[in-house]
Amino acid sequence: MTTTPPTQDLDHSAADLLPPDPTQPQGQLPRTAPLIVGVAAVAAGALVGLILGSGLAVMVVLAWAVYAVAYPTWSAAVENRRKATDRLVTVLVWTAFGLAMIPLVSLILTVVIKGSRAISWHFLTSDQTGRALIEGTGGIFHALVGSMMVTVIAAVIAIPIGVLTAVWLVEYGKGSRLASVITFLVDVMTGIPSIVAGLFALAFFQIVLSDPLPRLAIGGGVALSLLMIPTVIRSVEEMLKLVPDDLREASYALGVPKWRTIVKVVLPTAVAGIVTGVTLSIARVAGETAPLLLIVGTAYTTNWNPFDGALATLPTFIYSALARTGNPQYGAAWSDQVWGAALVLIVIVMTLNVVARVIGAVFAPKAGR
Amino acid sequence: MSLALGTVPDPDTEADQAVDKEADMAKSIDVSDVNIYYGDFLAVEGVNMTIKARSVTAFIGPSGCGKSTFLRSLNRMHEVIPGARVEGKIVVDGQDLYEPGVDPVTVRRQIGMVFQRPNPFPTMSIYENVLAGMRLNAKKMSKSDADGIVERSLRGANLWNEVKDRLDKPGAGLSGGQQQRLCIARAIAVQPDVLLMDEPCSALDPISTSAIEDLIHELKTEFTIVIVTHNMQQAARVSDETGFFNLKATGEPGHLVEFNPTSKMFANPDDPATEAYISGRFG
Ligand SMILES: Nc1ncnc2c1ncn2[C@@H]1O[C@H](COP(=O)(O)OP(=O)(O)OP(=O)(O)O)[C@@H](O)[C@H]1O
Ligand SMILES: [Mg+2]
Repeated sequence: MTTTPPTQDLDHSAADLLPPDPTQPQGQLPRTAPLIVGVAAVAAGALVGLILGSGLAVMVVLAWAVYAVAYPTWSAAVENRRKATDRLVTVLVWTAFGLAMIPLVSLILTVVIKGSRAISWHFLTSDQTGRALIEGTGGIFHALVGSMMVTVIAAVIAIPIGVLTAVWLVEYGKGSRLASVITFLVDVMTGIPSIVAGLFALAFFQIVLSDPLPRLAIGGGVALSLLMIPTVIRSVEEMLKLVPDDLREASYALGVPKWRTIVKVVLPTAVAGIVTGVTLSIARVAGETAPLLLIVGTAYTTNWNPFDGALATLPTFIYSALARTGNPQYGAAWSDQVWGAALVLIVIVMTLNVVARVIGAVFAPKAGR
Repeated sequence: MSLALGTVPDPDTEADQAVDKEADMAKSIDVSDVNIYYGDFLAVEGVNMTIKARSVTAFIGPSGCGKSTFLRSLNRMHEVIPGARVEGKIVVDGQDLYEPGVDPVTVRRQIGMVFQRPNPFPTMSIYENVLAGMRLNAKKMSKSDADGIVERSLRGANLWNEVKDRLDKPGAGLSGGQQQRLCIARAIAVQPDVLLMDEPCSALDPISTSAIEDLIHELKTEFTIVIVTHNMQQAARVSDETGFFNLKATGEPGHLVEFNPTSKMFANPDDPATEAYISGRFG
């Protein structure tokens, strides 16, 4: 490293430690090389595209191909093979990253652009009472309330069951037959299609309420909790396994009983990961549609009663509003509503993700001084 | 180097306290025919010894001969490993620790332990780490009592001066050696009768090591101390009695070869294997 001037790119400094290979060129590309090749490639792509009279897509592909060939080739000519390979792989990695980002960015842009048109105070605070079948000028308040109610019920059922099961699996049942059976069943549960969870809730409440078509928020909560429980168990289990046995032993050696050790040492040490995992599992079920259509149905008015009556949730609202976008007169208005609700749903799920990360950072054990 | 535990009381009351302590603290440990297993694997076989009260007993021996395993069986920490079990009798104060009715939690409250690797609680501050033994057991105490225990324990572990200005900072933010002394402070804060130490100085610099050795000298007036060490000089310096563990052969269980007063052990041991080990000819 002593031979490397501090301004030089660190990525390439390792090569300076190797003895110079006389068969290889020993130059160094200028720092602006990627930019130079990039401009040249874009120019070449545009030029060829114009000559052939092809569209933008062809130009982009051409420019990319020119770049992917020219940049490593230039490097091979001036530098050495190792650096040329490095640059080629760098190009490929960025390409893969760019390709992966395209659908994500395009989805978010579309939803934001189309959805923001619908967003207003009125849209967020009024429901569809009286307007439902016609003009589509109401709001999504009823769906917000419904989504919140169903998700909260699901969380209230799933979090205690999930956390306690994970605690049992890691702290008590480790290595026992029952534990491996439960782990297997949890894996099976992870694979349950969401509509089957809906069917289960439907059948369950048909029997319990002896009602051929039960419609209630609790039912939706039960269906979603079935989907949540395995993910909660899995994530909490992983987090508890990360707590070093040293800490449990330190606690036992102080004469602390096992249950206190779990409550006061193990869980607090893992709390950041647990809360993050639980929040992400909430975010996941918040967007479920199929099971909710079966057991909570759809509605146009706000229903505050979790024990009785159909209600709308954001995903089911999107589903039912979508059916009206074909209306020749009001279709456009409904279309706005769909995009608006989609935007709100994405914002809620993203907020939950951000909250999960913030909580993770806040609760993480601190090693700072 | 002063290692006074808290403020030094006048000699009279100190003597009184020492007499009181003699009555209820510091217990001898009688070990007879102890076999220790990990599942089906017999790790330590046929140990008999008497660990004297208010003295320091050192265990030496080559790596893997079961010193840690035996030490952990003395406060029933061995059994927290799934499948691990102990046969035989370990009698403290007339009570066999392995009798059916005995609660391991109670045993561990009386017989504290310091581990080879420092393991402060990462979610707790330095202050809370020292008090962990009380706090985790939800023991109520006044702020001034708590402050007193924290200061006395940290002084006892020779850590007070380094951390007194940052007691509310996380314990995991200390250096390895400081963390180990924090763990010692945590163990002595609960005032156990017996203190087990598994290579407590292996992560410490010579100054902290000698501080801990001084500390061990002080503590043995009140506690029974058992220490595992790889450092012969340390065993010779701090201990009154020494036990030498060895493997009969690789794959065979570890066993106690010789148990004698340290002075005898290091001058003219009974067993030739002990002499070979101590003089550094193997292990
Ligand atoms: N958790 C465990 N499960 C199974 N076997 C173990 C376990 N811990 C230790 N052993 C085995 O028990 C034997 C004694 O190990 P122990 O840790 O007591 O040795 P030690 O004398 O403390 O060695 P060291 O000086 O290296 O710390 C070894 O053969 C070891 O492999
Ligand atoms: Mg050991």
